[in-house]
Amino acid sequence: MKHPEDPSGVSRRGFLKGASLGVAASTVLGSARAEVKEASGVPDARLLKAADEHEISFVLNGEKTKAKVRTGHTLLETLRDQLDKTGTKLVCDFGTCGACTVLVDGKPVNSCLTLAVDVAGHQVETIEGMEQNGKLHPIQEAFCAEDGLQCGFCTPGMVMSSKALLDANPKPSLDETKAALSGNLCRCGTYINIFRAVERASKGK
Amino acid sequence: MKKDRTVKLKLGYGKDVKEVELELPDDEPTPWDMNSKLEVIGKRHQKVDAVFKVTGQAKYTHDLNLPGMLFGGFVRCPHAKAKVVSLDLEKAKSIAGVKAILPMRPRRNRRNPTAEWSVRYAGEPIGAIAAESRQALEAAIRAVLATAKFDILPHSARADQAMAEDAPAVHGNRPNVSRRPWRGDVTEALESGKLKVAEVTARTQVQTHSCLETHGSVASWDGAHLTLYTSTQNTFGCRRQLAGSIKDLSESQITVISEFMGGGFGSKFMAGYWSIAAARLAKDAGAPVKMMLDRREEQTDTGNRPDSIQEMKIGVDGDGKIQAFQVENIGTPGIGRGAGVRNPMIYDFGKTAVRSGEIATNAGGSQAFRAPGHPQGSFGLETAIDLAAEKAGIDPLALRMKNDAHVIRTLQYTDGARRIGWSKRQKTGSQTGRYRVGYGVAAARWGGMGSPRAEIKCRIAPDGSVQIRNGAQDLGVGTRTVLAIVAAEELGLQPGDITTFIGNTNDPRGPASGGSTTAASISPAIRQAAFLASAELKDLVAAHLKCKAKDLVLAKGSVRHVKDASKSMSFKDACRLIRQGEISTMGKRRRNYGSKGTYLNGVGGVQFARCTVDCDFGIVKVDRIVALQDCGKVINAMTAEGQVFGGVIQGLSYALFEDRVMDRHLGHCINGDLETYKIAGPDDMPEIDAVLYDIANGGNNCSVVGIGEPTMIPTAAAIAGAVHNATGVRVTALPMTPDKVLEALEEGGK
Ligand code: FES
Ligand code: FES
Repeated sequence: MKHPEDPSGVSRRGFLKGASLGVAASTVLGSARAEVKEASGVPDARLLKAADEHEISFVLNGEKTKAKVRTGHTLLETLRDQLDKTGTKLVCDFGTCGACTVLVDGKPVNSCLTLAVDVAGHQVETIEGMEQNGKLHPIQEAFCAEDGLQCGFCTPGMVMSSKALLDANPKPSLDETKAALSGNLCRCGTYINIFRAVERASKGK
Repeated sequence: MKKDRTVKLKLGYGKDVKEVELELPDDEPTPWDMNSKLEVIGKRHQKVDAVFKVTGQAKYTHDLNLPGMLFGGFVRCPHAKAKVVSLDLEKAKSIAGVKAILPMRPRRNRRNPTAEWSVRYAGEPIGAIAAESRQALEAAIRAVLATAKFDILPHSARADQAMAEDAPAVHGNRPNVSRRPWRGDVTEALESGKLKVAEVTARTQVQTHSCLETHGSVASWDGAHLTLYTSTQNTFGCRRQLAGSIKDLSESQITVISEFMGGGFGSKFMAGYWSIAAARLAKDAGAPVKMMLDRREEQTDTGNRPDSIQEMKIGVDGDGKIQAFQVENIGTPGIGRGAGVRNPMIYDFGKTAVRSGEIATNAGGSQAFRAPGHPQGSFGLETAIDLAAEKAGIDPLALRMKNDAHVIRTLQYTDGARRIGWSKRQKTGSQTGRYRVGYGVAAARWGGMGSPRAEIKCRIAPDGSVQIRNGAQDLGVGTRTVLAIVAAEELGLQPGDITTFIGNTNDPRGPASGGSTTAASISPAIRQAAFLASAELKDLVAAHLKCKAKDLVLAKGSVRHVKDASKSMSFKDACRLIRQGEISTMGKRRRNYGSKGTYLNGVGGVQFARCTVDCDFGIVKVDRIVALQDCGKVINAMTAEGQVFGGVIQGLSYALFEDRVMDRHLGHCINGDLETYKIAGPDDMPEIDAVLYDIANGGNNCSVVGIGEPTMIPTAAAIAGAVHNATGVRVTALPMTPDKVLEALEEGGK
C-alpha cells in the first residue's frame, strides 16, 4: 500500500520506520509533500508540531466533513472517536492486519498509520459509505452470501480491500485476490469464503 | 401433564443404521432421525446478522462511546519477577483529566497492605487508572511508573530456565517442575523384544489466541445497577464472577451485554480483572469506563495455549497392531495452572503408560484454547504413529486403519484418501530435488454433545412475528442464526421470519461457549420452545376450524390439516387467533439421551494434507487439506463448513507460524504484536475440502454436536506427516519454520 499523496512512492511502513516509528509526528510529513494544502486547513507540513491543532476538511463517504485534529492524530482515531465511524477497526495499530483499511482517493490505506492531516482535501471512503441508496454494495452482498465473516471484526477491512481490488481489477485471478488481501488478517479463518465472495462479486452473481 | 411415550428412531450414517426406541415425555419433540424430512435444517443459510457486519453497523465493545465515558488502563510491572518496594498511584492524579485510581495489590499480598509485594511476570497489572482521554491516561501511567520502585529478582521466564537445576522459584518455594505419577506401565512390553519400538520427543510452542478484538469491557452504573458491555464467551459467567468480586453486588443488579464480539477461541470465559477494574473505577468516578486492552497486553496477559515437551515410545507388532504406547509430557502454563497436554487416545494402543506434568514460569498464565491440550497432544501422538509405521514398514494410513475401529473414522480414512489422492503418495524419503511433495494424515475425536444449561424463550405475537431469545453469546460462528433456523424448522417458517435476540443476561440463561457445546446445548431447547408454542397455536386453530389439533401441522408458512386441505390457514392468519397478548413459551434443555438410545459416542474426524516443501529454503507450502468431520446433524451447512475452515486454518497457522517467544534476559515477551507474532494470512491458504458427515445420532432432539474444536486438532499433525513423507526427515517441533526444516534435512542427510 502506498501513501495516498506520497509522490516518492515510498511505502508508508518504510516511511514511518524512517520517521522513528511514527511517533514524532512533526517529522512524518517530511519534505516529500511539496504542496501546501491551505484550502483544506493545513499549513505547510514542515512547520507542524505534534500537538498543533488544525481544522481540516475532507470528503468522507461523499460528504464534506470537518474535523479538529492534532498533527499527531491518526485518521483511524479521528474516524472512530470524533466522527463516530466505528466500522473501521483498530487491531494491531502497526500496519500489519488491515482491519483499519479505508480508501483514500480510491486506494486502500491503513488508517492506523495515516495522519488525519494528510487526508485534508482528499476523498475518504469507509465501510459506512459502501451502501448506496440503502442497498448493499455487490461486494457486501457477496460477503453475506458466501459467509465471508465470522466474528466480523476483520470484515470491514476485508470488504474495503476487496473493493479496492475489484475497482482496479474487475476480474482478478485467485492469486491476484490473495495478493490484494495479503495485508488483511482474519483470526477466525474466513479467507476461503472471502476469496469466494470476491469471485462472486467479480462475476456479478 | 407430562406422560412418557415411546418413539422409534432410525439413527446412523450411510449403510450403518441402528433402530432404537426411546422413552420421552410428551413435551419433548420427537427427535429428528434419518427419516425426518427437514425443510430448513442442513441447508446453506446466510447468517442473520451478516448485514450488520458487512456494513460496519455491528457495535462491538471496542466501538462503544457512551456519553461522558472515561478511558481506563493499567499500570503494569515492567519486570518478570520483582518486589514492589513503593508504588504511588496517587501520582496519577497530578495529571489533568485523571478521574479515578484503583490499587491492584494481589490477594496473596493483601494481609499486610504496607509490606512489599511480589510480581510474577512482566506485564502483571499493579494498578488501574481512569482518565478523560487516552493521552491523559498514558501520561498518568508514565507518571506512576516513573516513581515506582521495584526490587528486581532473578526470574524463570522460559521453560528451559525454569527447569534448570538452581532455577529461581516462580511460586514461593515450590519447585517449578511438578509431575504426576505414572498411570500404567508398559516397560515390559516395550522391552520384550517382540515389538518394533519407535522413540521420539516432540515439542510444541506457546500459541496466543490473538483475538482481533482485544479483551475488554465498558462498565456503566445506573444507581446500584451495573451494566457491563464486554467481549466475552460467557455472559452469564461474567455476571457470576462480577457478583462474586464486587462487594454488595448481586447477580440481579448486573446486566452483561455482548451483542457482537471479535473472537475468543477459549480466552474469554471470564469477566477478568479488566471488567472488575472497569466497574470499580466507573463507580468511583461516577462515569462509564472503557477498559480495552491494547495489542501488547492482549498478546502477553490474556492467556495462551501452553507449550509442551512429549517424550514417547510406541511398540508395534508384526501384524501392524500397536501393543504399547508410553508418553511423558510436560508444558508451561506460566503463572497459571494446567498445562494439560492431552494425547487424544484415538487408536487402540493395547497397553498405555501416561505421565503428565507442568513447569511454572514467570510468564502470563495459560487459558483454554480451542480444544485445550489436544492439538499439541495430537502432534506428539501422530508423530509417534508415523515413526512407528516407518519402523514397521507399513503405510501410515494403513497403520491407523488397522488400529482404529471407529465406524465413522473408518469411512473417513477411505473417503479422504480418495479425495487427497493418497495413491499418488511416493515412498517416504524417495524424492530428491528442490521441491518435494508429501501426503500426511491424522485423526481426531471430540465430545461436544452439549449440556442442559440452556433455556429459550419463544414469543409469537398476533401480528405473526416470532421472537427467539437467549442470553448467551454468538462468537461469530452463527449461534444467532441457529436460533432462527431451528425455530423456523419447527414452526414451518423461514429463518428470515424469526427475530433473534442474543448476548444479554436479561434473557434466559445460556451456556458458556466452550467445548464446542453452544449449538448443541441451545438447539434442543430452541426446538422445545418452538414445539410448545406451535402446540398452543395448533390448539387455537383446531378450535377455530373445528378439528383435532393432532391432525394439524405447521409447514411452509401455514397451519395445515394433514388430510383435509380445506382446513388450513396461513401462519399469519393463525396468529390473529391469539387473544391474550401473545404465545410465550420457555424451552428447556433435557439431558442428552445417553448412549443406550443413540448412535455412536465420540465425534470423529480425519484430516489429510498435501504439502510441497522447498528443500533449498526449508519453506513448507500446504497445497490442500481434506477435512472430514462428523457434524452430528448439520444445522447450517454454510456455517458448519466455516467452522471446518476456521479450525483447519488455525491448525495450519499453529503448524507453520505461531510462536510466542520470551526473552531470556529481561523475561519479556519479545513478539507481543501481530507483526512479529505471525498468524496465517490470505497468502498462506491452501485449498480446503470440508467434508461434512451429517449424522443423525439421536444424542438429543436435534442430534447436534459442536465442531469448532475437533476441526483444529489434527491439522498440524497431518501437515507434519506430509512434510515427513516429502522429505524423509521428521520435524519434531512446531512451528515447522524454515530453520527447523533445513536443520532436519541436514541432520537426516537429505
Ligand atoms: S490496525 Fe491498522 S493495520 Fe492493523
Ligand atoms: S471474522 Fe473474526 S477475525 Fe475475521
